[in-house]
Amino acid sequence: MAPPGPILRMRGIGKRFPGVKALDGVDFRLLPGEVHALMGENGAGKSTLIKVLTGVYDIDDGEMELEGRPAAFSSPLAAQQAGISTVYQEVNLCPNLSVAENIFIGREPRRLGHIRWKRMRHRAGELLHRLDLDLDVSAALSTYSLAVQQMVAIARAVDVEAKVLVLDEPTSSLDAGEVAQLFRVMRRLKEQGIAILFVSHFLDQVYEIADRMTILRNGRLVGEYLTSELSQVELVGKMIGRELADLERLEGRPLARETGPLVEARDLGRAGAIEPFTLTIHEGEVVGLAGLLGSGRTELARLLFGADHAGTGSLRIAGEAANLRTPRAAIHRNLAFCSENRREEGLVPDLTVRENIVLALQAARGWTRPLPRRRQDELVAKYISALNIRPADPEQLVQNLSGGNQQKVLLARWLILEPRLLILDEPTRGIDVGAKAEIQRLVAELSDGGMAVLFISAELEEVLRLSHKVGVLRDRRLVAEVDNDEGLTSEVLTETIASGAAS
Amino acid sequence: MTVSPTSSGPLTLLRHRLFWPVVILVALLLLNVVFTDHFFSIEVKEGHLYGSLIDIVRFGAPLILVALGMTLVIATSGIDLSVGSVVAISGALACLQISDLGDQDSVGGVLGAAGVALLLSLVLGAWNGVLVAAVGIQPIIATLILMVAGRGLAQLITGGQIITVNSSPYKLIGGGYWLTLPFGIIIVLVVLALTAFLTRRLALGLLIRSVGGNAEASRLAGIGARGVVITVYTFCALCAGIAGLMISSNVSSADGNNAGLWIELDAILAVVIGGTPLSGGRFSLGGTVLGALIIQTLTTTIYSIGVPPETTLLFKALVVTVVCLLQSPAFRAKVVRRRRPAGVSPVAEEKVRVHA
Repeated sequence: MAPPGPILRMRGIGKRFPGVKALDGVDFRLLPGEVHALMGENGAGKSTLIKVLTGVYDIDDGEMELEGRPAAFSSPLAAQQAGISTVYQEVNLCPNLSVAENIFIGREPRRLGHIRWKRMRHRAGELLHRLDLDLDVSAALSTYSLAVQQMVAIARAVDVEAKVLVLDEPTSSLDAGEVAQLFRVMRRLKEQGIAILFVSHFLDQVYEIADRMTILRNGRLVGEYLTSELSQVELVGKMIGRELADLERLEGRPLARETGPLVEARDLGRAGAIEPFTLTIHEGEVVGLAGLLGSGRTELARLLFGADHAGTGSLRIAGEAANLRTPRAAIHRNLAFCSENRREEGLVPDLTVRENIVLALQAARGWTRPLPRRRQDELVAKYISALNIRPADPEQLVQNLSGGNQQKVLLARWLILEPRLLILDEPTRGIDVGAKAEIQRLVAELSDGGMAVLFISAELEEVLRLSHKVGVLRDRRLVAEVDNDEGLTSEVLTETIASGAAS
Repeated sequence: MTVSPTSSGPLTLLRHRLFWPVVILVALLLLNVVFTDHFFSIEVKEGHLYGSLIDIVRFGAPLILVALGMTLVIATSGIDLSVGSVVAISGALACLQISDLGDQDSVGGVLGAAGVALLLSLVLGAWNGVLVAAVGIQPIIATLILMVAGRGLAQLITGGQIITVNSSPYKLIGGGYWLTLPFGIIIVLVVLALTAFLTRRLALGLLIRSVGGNAEASRLAGIGARGVVITVYTFCALCAGIAGLMISSNVSSADGNNAGLWIELDAILAVVIGGTPLSGGRFSLGGTVLGALIIQTLTTTIYSIGVPPETTLLFKALVVTVVCLLQSPAFRAKVVRRRRPAGVSPVAEEKVRVHA
């Protein structure tokens, strides 16, 4: 078969940042009417390549052609005008505006200078209808779920005469049904001849939707492959440059020793967030929480950590009654909570990697007892190397790091406190296979060392691999608590989530 | 997420945060040399340092103090509009007490008066902090309350009159000399050293930047954000209180209406010129001092080059606008970019445009 000529071709692309070579001689092409996955670990250069393509960064080396003509975009707007539309990982819309306003912001249909609201709403409805969405377009965007917001972002992106649609991790916060809906939309766009560049860390999704993939590693091109000709194992091998054995080695780990209960929650609950639940976590035990998005996993964790006030019930930590009114109180009792929302609840973007890492420890000491600089440097250096944080520069602003490395910085912040219970909310979301394996191995090691871990993840496989015990949530209720033994498989777990009762 | 074209070598100096404020200050000073003879000369008369440069620092001292406190408030992404009122209240209370003294020259009496005035400033600052951190009112509104009410309070204290005092120990604070230096400059140096100590040697600076950069993340990291914010507003009011003593001491009188009028705006300006963003999360004490000096030098310049009084405010506004633009990295990047694209690939851009 003779494929049609590429709509987009990039040759020898290079991009340098102070001290980092983010891209080095990368070739890339996109054919019309295909879904092309861009694969690679965190820091492999995926985001940089996308930002170069969409005009956020300028190119240091190499050239770019759009429809056979040389192109260089000085701004995202220029790229968009040339037909390259992007939907980023974190939805870049205004939640306070209505759906229709969001779709037409900056290009409202006008007559004599004033906005034709009726026409705008009508067109927005039409547009969404084509994507199988039936929304009240005059409602504020914030009233809809993240998934729907994502679809609105896509609707907006394709309405501006897109030839190339870039989807940067669109599925990282969607549940299975929503992903299916997104894929339906993607297939429809593909039929219309739009080239879709798709970035996702979920391999199954890539294999479901992508026709072709380009793999990057450490800023260099590994190769371009047809999805049908590359097995998952080969793909992962090419991404991380080593074999996948790491991921498997964790299987079959022994159950925790019988130890005293560390955290005992009795009928702990908060109206509107989570129904009263009872949960015991032992020292050295990994308790997994499984459930759909919005089933109350995060809410449960936040109550344990005192991030929200519990309305009912009681909590005992290490045998003592605890009334946690603030995270500060929880930290004093050796609890740590790594939020799923890195950007809003985790990182302080203007601080350096070092400052972000020592933040919780310094907060625990209070501002009158500064942590000596030498001690800071020691601790930070230790965790940068232990967690393999890249670039290994403690004075780099944390906002310049890739997602997976930011996650590791957050982990380091809590690990230096040496907590007795570490709550990890989706620690592996949006990060690549290599870093995922590293974090999973870390969790196993920590629990072997006696630390209790509450592990929340949307990926059942991961929960099963790591946990000694799994709590299942459904509709903001803890519906089951199952020991992770031979009999527990992801099918059983799925069944439990679906039916709401332990088998 | 800012990415600027990279370069190295001599340009590193150009990229230093304080490069532009320094350039502006030097330019203003040089401008003065043209209009004033011996502008840079500093001489010792009767064991006191005299000279135009000394005067700039001396008259700028209250502004530097207020701006230092403001810097920390702004770094927590707050703002304090009430500093002008605190200046007035502090001066009024001190002068009222001194005027009630049997012997206005008694050092103990003056110290007591200053102490009470500063104590009240602390209380007022804590009030601001509580409104912002505990009650949760937006800083601009919370401090607006005291900005308006504070003027009233100051007038209440002075009984609507201008209180004049005749006390040589009190006069020392704003107008006197110590170790050849104007006493005001010494106070500024002490407060500056104290602030630098609190924020750099102790961890207050890190916590302030963290709270200003991401309040929710800071709370979850166990920072007592409430305490930090209250501390910062209290510190800011203390600085304003000291500035109030200086201002009233300098003229040996307290004017509840006009003392410290609009100083909050000058202070915010000084902070911004010094490179501390209003969005918080970062701050520069050195920048703030430079900023305050720039504003004071500008005021001096206006008099020395003989700008007609009716155009003074306009002239000042123009200069300040230029300063702010020069100081803004975003603006400079825009200017540079506009000049450069010719080199990149005009043909390619042209084609893309045509296509769109």
